[in-house]
Amino acid sequence: MQQEFTITIFSENHVGLLNQVTTAFTRRSINIESLNTSESSLEGIHKFTIVVFTTREQIDKLKTQIEKKIDVLKVFVFTTDEIIHQEMALYKVPTEALLSGNEIEDIVRKYGARIMEITPEYTVIEKTGHKAETQELFVRLDKYKVLQFVRSGRIAITKLRTELLEEYLLKLRAENKIRGIETF
Amino acid sequence: MDYNTKGEEKISGSEALLRSLLCEDVDLIFGYPGGAIMPVYDALYDYQDKLHHVLTRHEQGAVHAAQGYARVTGKVGVCFATSGPGATNTVTGIADAMIDSTPLVVITGQVASPLLGTDAFQEIDVIGITQPITKWNLLVKKAADIPAAIAKAFYIASSGRPGPVVIDITKDAQFELTSFNYKKETLVRSYTPVPMTKPETIVEAAEIINNAKKPMALVGQGVILGEAESELKTFLDKTGIPAAWTLLGLSAMPSDYELNVGMLGMHGNYGPNVKTNECDVIIAIGMRFDDRVTGDATKYANNAKVIHLEIDPAEVNKIIKADVAVMGSVKDTLPQLTKVVKPTTHTNWLAEFKKCDDLEIEKVIDAEVFPKQGGMNMGEVVNKISEAFDHDAVVVTDVGQHQMMASRYFKFKQSKSIVTSGGLGTMGFGLPAALGAKLGVPEREVCVFIGDGGFQMTIQELGTIFQTKAAVKIVILNNNFLGMVRQWQELFFDRRYASTELCNPDFQMITKGFGIESELVTERKDLDAAVERMAKSKESFLLEVRVEKEGNVFPMVPSGSSVSDIRLE
Repeated sequence: MQQEFTITIFSENHVGLLNQVTTAFTRRSINIESLNTSESSLEGIHKFTIVVFTTREQIDKLKTQIEKKIDVLKVFVFTTDEIIHQEMALYKVPTEALLSGNEIEDIVRKYGARIMEITPEYTVIEKTGHKAETQELFVRLDKYKVLQFVRSGRIAITKLRTELLEEYLLKLRAENKIRGIETF
Repeated sequence: MDYNTKGEEKISGSEALLRSLLCEDVDLIFGYPGGAIMPVYDALYDYQDKLHHVLTRHEQGAVHAAQGYARVTGKVGVCFATSGPGATNTVTGIADAMIDSTPLVVITGQVASPLLGTDAFQEIDVIGITQPITKWNLLVKKAADIPAAIAKAFYIASSGRPGPVVIDITKDAQFELTSFNYKKETLVRSYTPVPMTKPETIVEAAEIINNAKKPMALVGQGVILGEAESELKTFLDKTGIPAAWTLLGLSAMPSDYELNVGMLGMHGNYGPNVKTNECDVIIAIGMRFDDRVTGDATKYANNAKVIHLEIDPAEVNKIIKADVAVMGSVKDTLPQLTKVVKPTTHTNWLAEFKKCDDLEIEKVIDAEVFPKQGGMNMGEVVNKISEAFDHDAVVVTDVGQHQMMASRYFKFKQSKSIVTSGGLGTMGFGLPAALGAKLGVPEREVCVFIGDGGFQMTIQELGTIFQTKAAVKIVILNNNFLGMVRQWQELFFDRRYASTELCNPDFQMITKGFGIESELVTERKDLDAAVERMAKSKESFLLEVRVEKEGNVFPMVPSGSSVSDIRLE
């Protein structure tokens, strides 16, 4: 059964790493729905957050194949209920359209949106939330013809207390000690 | 020897590269020069006494030769190629090494760093192109970064599950001056070459093995790569478990070892294929359940518990679900397992394999190897050559019918005696791989079997064989067909022989043109003597045998069928 998965990938930060990661998806013909990269809470370690629709079987195999990449430290796979996640959307609409009635106030209150900039020509509105929420606001605003629209990749954080990677690094350090290697 | 620079001394990036190779105990490089790697070749001029360079006739040949070298020596094969077309010509060999786990370090020259991304002359994105077919790759733009890149390349290529690494070095980095202080790599934070073995998996595996009535061991290349041949034998001796090998696992145990029940897979032996669906326990040792081994994976070994001894976590549960996965190097895990399994014999079970063998001999082997009439058969020729070499040679093959015949009918006495393109199935692999193998183990006989089709894909490497005087024994099994494709056309495409018949050149004249001794056999009565002359020759020798035009390889598991539906005719 196809379902939504959020994958977090911890890696070194080199040129070409995105390509290393995405070829694993290309091989299995899995479409990337959204992608975000940033630094993690651990110095020098980069974090990818990727959303895909696929089966549990495929995702488990994909995980090990991504982990096989030399510069990838560890991959974690989450179902949507295991994470807190957000996306941000920006909307640019003609200012004059918003001036009638209580439209601006209504949007800000009802959607928890923020006004970023108002000029005589356009207004930029920002909203963070799940995709369905940012999409709902898009539909509402499109009545006035949205001039520009952009939605970020998903960012996600687990419902666990700490970064799973830290536990992994501790385990790795312990294993390397058994192997007789002093680790970082 | 100490190659480090002292005080203010500086050397070029090219020289730093060569010294790095020397620090990794390299003494042989296969390659082809060109514009973007000329500084390296210029530096090589002063290192010829320590670093022997073999000039192949095509970069693909260089990579296949390095693969042949790596497979027989267990060392890392090294190649040089220039940028652009030089680099793209290496791609097939690199992909082949990736899927067959062969340790390679391929050094490519790249345009000078200010020109990167400008569509400069002979510029190609080597890192982008080789990313999916390398274990690791890296672009180096500074001379000072070369030693660390090479150290990491050798560490990654040779550790854990081996594989090819590409290091792309810009021309300005090759010229730039740097000090040199070499340190071997021993740790890459994000890379765990050998996963830890969980002790409980050994206990669980032993319990399954101890309760097995009809167990079978599947021996893969992991045993050879891990140099665990004697550990395997000790394990099998104690448990009495029949063991079959994969194509790349050939020669991991002697052919005549009493527990060796033959080859798995599409054209493997009847017994191990049929018994896969009868056995109650499968012990997969350093093998990856390739689809040519499993046939229809949904109908594969459904009655068996599967124990998978594996070094690469990505192979576990990829095709066949493991009931117990014993992670680690088989060199370590096999002895742990041997210690806790009970000594057993499986006499009756083993006798069932013998019955299968008898049936295969009657239905297939007798007619293939000892024909009473008709043209010469591939199996017949392979068998005679195996006898002539006293069943002890490095067998190299190209890809196709002759490959299957060579793996079925050549006999092995010692490990690392097979060099064949298994996963990628690269036609044109054989001739250059044989050259590399011979240069790797000059003291051993190296005999390559090639079809008339594959021969013409890398035929130019006859020139390299001539120039290096490598005493490679080349056997062309010539049926004037792309035989394996023709066999499929016959069996599955209603005998519609689309583009499989070849109008061949005179291979004897070509071989003579390359200065290599050769002989043509067209009749059975001349075969023995010609084989004898080839085997006795101290130099390279090409034996062309005109074999039956429409011979087929049997047994055969038709593509997409279950292994137990193997056809004997």
